[in-house]
Order: sequence, then structure tokens, then C-alpha cells
Amino acid sequence: MSRLDERPDDQPDERPEGPSGEPEIRVAGLHKSFGDNRVLRGIDLEIRRGEVVCVIGPSGSGKSTLLRCVNLLEEPTEGRVYVGGTELTDPDVDIDAARRRIGMVFQQFNLFPHLTVTENLTLPQRRVLKRGKAEAARIAAANLERVGLAEKAGAYPSSLSGGQQQRVAIARALAMGPEVMLFDEPTSALDPELVGDVLAVMRMLADEGMTMMVVTHEMTFAREVADRVVFMDGGVIVEDGAPGQVIGAPRHERTRHFLSRLLDPAMADVEEGTPGRAGPQ
Amino acid sequence: MADTKVPPELRKKGLTRSQKRRLSRGAQYVVFVAAVAAFVASADWGRLKNQFAQLDIAERMFPDIITLALKNTVLYTVTGFAVGLALGLLLALMRLSSVGPYRWLAGLYIEIFRGLPALLIFIFIGVAVPLAFPGTEIVGGTYGKVALALGLVAAAYMAETIRAGIQAVPKGQMEAARSLGFSPARAMVSIIIPQAFRVILPPLTNELVLLFKDSSLVLFLGVTLEERELSKYGRDLASQTANSTPILVAGLCYLLITIPLGFVVRRMEAKAQEAVR
Repeated sequence: MSRLDERPDDQPDERPEGPSGEPEIRVAGLHKSFGDNRVLRGIDLEIRRGEVVCVIGPSGSGKSTLLRCVNLLEEPTEGRVYVGGTELTDPDVDIDAARRRIGMVFQQFNLFPHLTVTENLTLPQRRVLKRGKAEAARIAAANLERVGLAEKAGAYPSSLSGGQQQRVAIARALAMGPEVMLFDEPTSALDPELVGDVLAVMRMLADEGMTMMVVTHEMTFAREVADRVVFMDGGVIVEDGAPGQVIGAPRHERTRHFLSRLLDPAMADVEEGTPGRAGPQ
Repeated sequence: MADTKVPPELRKKGLTRSQKRRLSRGAQYVVFVAAVAAFVASADWGRLKNQFAQLDIAERMFPDIITLALKNTVLYTVTGFAVGLALGLLLALMRLSSVGPYRWLAGLYIEIFRGLPALLIFIFIGVAVPLAFPGTEIVGGTYGKVALALGLVAAAYMAETIRAGIQAVPKGQMEAARSLGFSPARAMVSIIIPQAFRVILPPLTNELVLLFKDSSLVLFLGVTLEERELSKYGRDLASQTANSTPILVAGLCYLLITIPLGFVVRRMEAKAQEAVR
């Protein structure tokens, strides 16, 4: 058992902003059912400002549904969701206004195919935030620069690779100036060789102190970038702790089972630096 | 060469397959040539030429058939299309509404107006409405009536096309728009409808072609000389001159528009097919 436990920045308190009293995201007693299918069965979760939390778990565990409940793309059946101190589940809240502070990145990118890359970034700013043409264009250009795609400004999404599309999608969310970013399996639809660029952008955001909630299967990313890892199974949070602990030394049998099935070869690669087999324990 | 490969018990008796094919094709050519020959022999060519190809009559139709009749046909079609598009979009959104009565109302409208002949709608607008509501004036006189009648018919068809187009836009587009802070209405207008229209441009153009032809129903409204379109103009001239040439010329004017439009539709469809791949 190696570098996992030696990593110095497992302490969430060492984020650039330092600790902050009020959690940026708070989920309390969250339940979500689709008909008879109870997908979330009582979730409590707090994410502090500047914290990066990766949510892992087998498919069907409810992790994507949880993420989609945080910006109310899915209406919770029961329970409360707070973002930035505002209760989104309060019926009096203007959800459109609240969502402007929450950026979301989808597995399928969901860029607007009828608009150029720049227009993908400027249209939401202009229609939703009522920014002027010049200001929106300036912010769009700056954010394309951030994700390293300034030269694709005039291209249409269909001419970009999946990795480039996803980086544009991240830039589009960032252009709205969000305080929180939600990532729903952002690299799951990508060819393996394109994953790295997207993760690099996410790593950059994490380093800049963005509050991030990431549903992912990228265990290397979770271990290296996340402040906390949450393991979900069967609609509940099974384990919640530092990456070194949840991924490196899971306490629960279900976590161990999931990790050993999912990660064995990948972990071996990363830990040994050579192709081979090594258990995560 | 066949005898080298085909074992005797599998060899066909009688004609080979290619022989049969050649025989069948030859028979079809014989029928075709016989039919053409019969037509040419039996037709009274002098009479046909007199009836349909009187150049002086055709000449007399210009420029009015273009500047008046074709212009009016285009005007009726375009205004009818505009009314149909606006009403069709409204009906499509009603069909997709979460409010039951809107859905039912739109569904009822679509069923009724798709089930009625366009001619009946024209008579209804031209005759029944003025009788039933004396004093009501439809804005724009004949032009308004035609736009309304054509629009009412077209809307029913366009509504179904537009609805299908909106539903063809992936769900993720609405989710992405909502997650960026768009309201449902604004997302529909800015994100969903523009994409839907790219999908339904070919069928909508087809509808334009249909309307172009349906505008001939103006014939039954009773129009002034200045309001005549291609069909009415052609028929009037045909009865004045007791000759069919004007009908032929009017027909050619329709084809002048409908054939290129049809070509454009096929091009758009082919392009859309390519984009899917």
C-alpha cells in the first residue's frame, strides 16, 4: 500500500480558500423515486466551498440521479437541497436564477449543434444573463482559451472530437460564472485517448478552487484531485472520506467489491507503473 | 461455361435465368412501342396543335400571366404558408403542452382540418362565414380570405410535422439549456425550435408545394380580374378564346415553380441523410 496514504493534500482544509463555515452544497434526507423504483433512499451530503468531491459507485447506484437532484434537473421526491445557502427545493425559489450559479457538464456533452462553438458560449450569456454582445464575446473567448480551444471558436460542434466537445461544454458552463460545477460522468462517452485533455481541464478548475461534484469512473482522477470520495450503492452513501481511505483502504465490503471489480487492472497500472496485476488493498 | 460448375441434377430445364430475363425485357419494350405507335396513329395532331399550341394565343397571355396571375398565385401561397406556419407552431406547442385541454383542442383541430377537403374550407370561408356573420370583414379582402383558408388547412398538417420535429430534438438539449438557466419557454424558442426547424425544412417545403397547387381553389371564391391567379386566369382565357392553350401555359407556370422546389426538397433530404451518417 503505497503512495495513496502518503499524499499530502488529502486534507480538504488545505484548499486555497481555506475552510469555510457554510457548506456550498448541502443535501438533506434526499429521496427520489421513479414510479416504484426507489433510486435514492435518504442521502445526506455536504460539500464545502472549494471542495472537490467525486461520487463513485456501480451503475444504478443513484449517483447520477443525486447529481441531477442538486440542480433540480430531477425533482426530489423528498428532502432538501441547498446550494450557496439557498434552499432550491423551496417552491418559492426561482430555479432558473438559482441554476445560473450551478454549472453542469453532461456525459453526452449536449452542445447546441446548430450553433458555433462561440455561439454556444455567448447565447446563454446573452439570453439568460442579459450580457451585451461584446462582453459575452469577450468572456466566451477567455473561457475557450482556458480550456485550450481558442482556435475552434468558429467551428461547429459536429466537427470537433468528443474530448474537444466536452471541453467546450465545460467552457460554456464556466462562461456563466458558476460558483459550483457538477460533472455527470464527463469522460464516460469519450474514446480513451481523449479522456486526458478533459481531466486536465477539470484538474485546473480544482486547482483554482472551484467547488466541484464529480460523478466519475476515473479512479486515478478521484484519487489525485478529489478532496473526498463518496461511494454510493443501492441509493445510499456507503462510504464517504478521503480518497486514500475510500479508494485505498475501503472499510465496507461493498466498496471493496466494487473497487476490486472495476479497478484491478487500472490500479495496477498506476501503482506499479507497469502493466501487471495488483490488488487495491 | 455453366456446364463446368453446375452439377447435372441441379441444372435448370428449359431457359436459363439470363435468357428469361432478356425475354421479359424484350416483351416490355414491344408493349411500349406498340402503345406509343397506337397513340401517334390515332391522335388527331392537327386538332391537338390547334387546341393546345396556338402560339399567338400563348403570346397574348404575356406578360399578364406572369405579372398578374403567377404573382397572385405566389402571393396567396406565401401568405397562406405564413398563416399556416404560425398557427401550426401554436398547435404543435399545444399538442406538447402539459395542460390537457390544450392537447385535446389541438388534437381536435388537427383531426378535423386534416379530414376535410380544402375546397370545403374555401367555400366555408368565402360563403358560409359572410352569411353566418353578416358585416364581418376578413382583413385584406380576398387576399385575407385566401391566406386564412389556405392557412387553416396547412396548419393542421404543419402542426404534426413541427411536433415531430420538436420531439426529434434530443432530451439532453433541453436539459443543457435548463441547467444554464434558460426558462422552459426561452429554451424552446432559442434552442429547441431552431433545431426542430432544420429537421422539418424538407417536409415544410413540401407543404409549400402543396399550398402552391391548392391556391388554385381561389377559383371558387369569386375574385376580381386583378385578383386572378394562374388557374382562374388560364380558365378565363380558355373560355374567351375557346382554346386550351391558356390551360397548357398556366400548367407550365405551375411546373416552373413546383419542379425546382421539389428538386430543392430532395437535395435537402439527401443532405440531411448525409448529416445523419
